[in-house]
Amino acid sequence: MEVEQKVIEIIAREQHLDAGAITLDSSFEELGIDSLDGVNILFALEEEFKIDIPDAVAQNMRGVRQVVDSLTRVLEGKDISDLVAMAKAGTPVASN
Amino acid sequence: MRRVVITGLGVFAPNGKDPETFINNLIEGRSAIGRITQFDPSALSIQIAAEVPDYRATDYFLPKRLDLLDRSTEFGLLAARQAVNSSGLELQDEERPRFGVVMGSGMGGAQTYEVGYRSLYAKGATRVHPFTIPKSMHNACTSQICMEFGAQGPSLATSTACSSAGHAIGEAFHHIKFNLADVMLAGGSEAPITFGLMRFWESVRVMAGGNGNPSRACRPFSADREGLVMSEGAAVFVLEELEHARRRGARIYAELGGYGMSSDAGHITQPTVEGPARAIQMALDEAGSSPADIDYINAHGTGTRLNDVTETQVVKRVFGDQARRVPISSTKSMHGHAMGATAAIELAATVLAMQKGVIPPTANYTTPDPECDLDYVPNVARPAAIKVALSNSFAFGGLNAVLLVRRFGA
Repeated sequence: MEVEQKVIEIIAREQHLDAGAITLDSSFEELGIDSLDGVNILFALEEEFKIDIPDAVAQNMRGVRQVVDSLTRVLEGKDISDLVAMAKAGTPVASN
Repeated sequence: MRRVVITGLGVFAPNGKDPETFINNLIEGRSAIGRITQFDPSALSIQIAAEVPDYRATDYFLPKRLDLLDRSTEFGLLAARQAVNSSGLELQDEERPRFGVVMGSGMGGAQTYEVGYRSLYAKGATRVHPFTIPKSMHNACTSQICMEFGAQGPSLATSTACSSAGHAIGEAFHHIKFNLADVMLAGGSEAPITFGLMRFWESVRVMAGGNGNPSRACRPFSADREGLVMSEGAAVFVLEELEHARRRGARIYAELGGYGMSSDAGHITQPTVEGPARAIQMALDEAGSSPADIDYINAHGTGTRLNDVTETQVVKRVFGDQARRVPISSTKSMHGHAMGATAAIELAATVLAMQKGVIPPTANYTTPDPECDLDYVPNVARPAAIKVALSNSFAFGGLNAVLLVRRFGA
């Protein structure tokens, strides 16, 4: 729950949005978050939580729930190789 | 042959955040040079610069937009907004592929680099902000202007040190003249006043310290000169094909008549006489003008001995017996040296001087220099009917750009 709140708070801050407008089910597209915004949010999350989010996982995040789930697993030190594999198989969100 | 006219003009500079204030301060001889305020300069040996006063980015941009703007890009956008507003330009969608942007920048997003490197090297960060690249790249300003005004035509950024904006305006002029575009926004922007860059410039030993009197620190062509003074800002012009401008009844500030460029191919910092002279000659030739036609030269006039003496020799070389007749002034004595923006700021001074019928002076001139013996319009503005004028830019690296403007109809 704390992770969810923090993620929403950070997305709101970085996007200059009202946190009340963001839910766990919000997609990046709905929130007007483009690929560069996404990279910025990930940077803010990495700074906040003092973690590294692997590029492959980062590139596949398309909504708040994906961010929270991935982040939770990284924070709990769980194996995320399946996420990485899934991400590598998928279409990257960010280019360049 | 297609003709190109200036139909819009914007200036965001230390001595004026709009064209009217800018030219009035120049005519009054007011220097904008003072102690640096953007950071504490106490550790520097050179602690002065010309800064845009009382600047708050949030007065002009929304927070989300600002996240992606370096200070230099902000200045460029603000000058571009003024230029477009003053032109009354309203383009149709089908005209946009013939509407482009060329902006000059010597240092790119210097402040963004500075922040990034400080966090890496001084604070030991292992990652830097992901907007560092899109904010600092040299074409960021051109691209942001394209985005704001929907310019979809030929667009690029120029980087030729102190000539950057001269080349930008010249290239944009030729884009229109040679039928690649009908309307261009062109100019330069720079915000190089950072602790790191000031330190780098100090080490070149060309900077004026001011001796406790910053406003008088920059004394081009005066024997007691100290050197150049760092500055920041932007100027942007709307350049337009003459018939395009006429069809919409646009106000015409001046005609861009000639553009000369050359390379000294000599030394990385020392100018030659031949290179700049060829650039002036090329601008005269393109405009079909002769030295006898020139009513004013806005000098490169940095206030270093090498520049001042060489530029004097250059004018003598091209102008011959006309050299002593033509009024020359260095407005850098007041607005400082804004590097990649300076040629645009000085062309704005030239065009506005033409409009006002007044030549702005070379401020702070105290002592004749035997090696600089032309008419530098010392200290006091001079009324003059300016029909044709030159603006000189001679850069470190020996890449020169000279622009010739003509009063429209003259």
